[in-house]
Amino acid sequence: MRLAIDYDKCTGLGLCEAEAPDVFEVQADGTLLCLDENPAETLRAEVEAACASCPTEALRIIEG
Amino acid sequence: MDPVRDLVVVGASLAGLRAVEAARRKGYDGRITLVGAEPHLPYDRPPLSKAFLDEGTTPEAPPFRSEEHLREELGVDLLLGTPATGLDASDRVLEAGDREVRYDRLIVATGAAARTLPGTEGVAGVHALRTLDDAVAIRTALDAGARTVVVGAGFIGSEVASGARKRGLPVTIVESLDVPLTRSVGPDAGRVCAELHRANGADLRLGRGVRELLVADGRAVGVLLDDGTRVDADLVVAGIGVVPSTGWLRDSGIALHERDGALLCDATLATSLPGVYGAGDVAYWPNPLFDDQLMRLEHWTNAAEHGAAAAAHALDPAAAVPVASVPYFWSDWYGHRIQFVGVPQADEVVVLAEEPYLALYRRGERVVGALTVDRPTQIMKLRKLVSQRASWTEAREFAEGLPAVRAPQRTR
Repeated sequence: MRLAIDYDKCTGLGLCEAEAPDVFEVQADGTLLCLDENPAETLRAEVEAACASCPTEALRIIEG
Repeated sequence: MDPVRDLVVVGASLAGLRAVEAARRKGYDGRITLVGAEPHLPYDRPPLSKAFLDEGTTPEAPPFRSEEHLREELGVDLLLGTPATGLDASDRVLEAGDREVRYDRLIVATGAAARTLPGTEGVAGVHALRTLDDAVAIRTALDAGARTVVVGAGFIGSEVASGARKRGLPVTIVESLDVPLTRSVGPDAGRVCAELHRANGADLRLGRGVRELLVADGRAVGVLLDDGTRVDADLVVAGIGVVPSTGWLRDSGIALHERDGALLCDATLATSLPGVYGAGDVAYWPNPLFDDQLMRLEHWTNAAEHGAAAAAHALDPAAAVPVASVPYFWSDWYGHRIQFVGVPQADEVVVLAEEPYLALYRRGERVVGALTVDRPTQIMKLRKLVSQRASWTEAREFAEGLPAVRAPQRTR
């Protein structure tokens, strides 16, 4: 799976980091860093929870 | 057990929407009716007191989902602009005005209504901030250059003050406590938050109340404080808390909290009535992560989590599990981000850094909370410690080992 991140929508609230800390990390300046744009299938549950948790709906999984 | 065919969700905001979405995601294919008091499609509330009040930008409050998506994709019958008025639990019927909606399972997510200043009904220029309509009215007044009085230095009132100061407008904040926000974050963090107002030119009057609203020709023109001072204003915003929206349940026989009338739920969000669940701002539930402390939270994340959990549990009670969550909220003031995880009721609060601020909250031998200002990269790492029930020693060592963060120079 691949991640599509809308950085214009993201406000760095960090819910994604709480769900999937191996994939997302908010930086000191409040911007989001994606640590792994093609996360392994083993991380699917975490990544799906991260996408669902985003208050600004900035995260999406692209299959394939 | 008969299969569920009629799921009714009352309350068309975040918790209600998440309930609907979770039900469909779980494969429920029966009828769903979403009942909402406001005429609007479900929309996001946090921006209303933040970006929505900014100057110049087009005020946007797009609904979470289009009407077409809700009706066609999610197969939801929408009953908007239709406040619930009663519940007949024996016949399993929700009453909404002259409409009667039968349910097999009911999710109550009616949230809360903003408390208003007594005796201000019908006076122009006086608003609370809870709904889209409230936010439009406040924004319009700020656009006209209103001198603003905010009553209550809580998070909503403080965000409105911040929005007005951002436009260079004069703001007076009247707060009855000597230190604001003590219940939400404790006295020390409350002091730090108060300093943000002062540093940004808001006139903060602590330990003061409003004795009288001054009105001329049906419009607010100021307030008289209880120390006799008069503050002129064109806009008066009440940020004095909320009342859980359960008046319509009063005769239903459902268990309500004696203090504020909010719903009493068990750890799976089931209420005292069969087939009825609670979610979001309206619901107390014992949170197993904090020794079953009975909590009612007015946070975005709580509404989202509750909505999804309530739907899952309503449709499959046998698989229901206690809802354990770390409370999390954020607030944006004057370009600063305040973030809190956990619970503020603590035996001890230790301030590990003043600028930018970092405090840890201890209960017994365990870390139960953390507050940061402008430390967005650290807050979720602290949250993890709270969720893992980390010991106080471990939490302190972790926090003391965090790299120093330079205070941002974003103050106006």
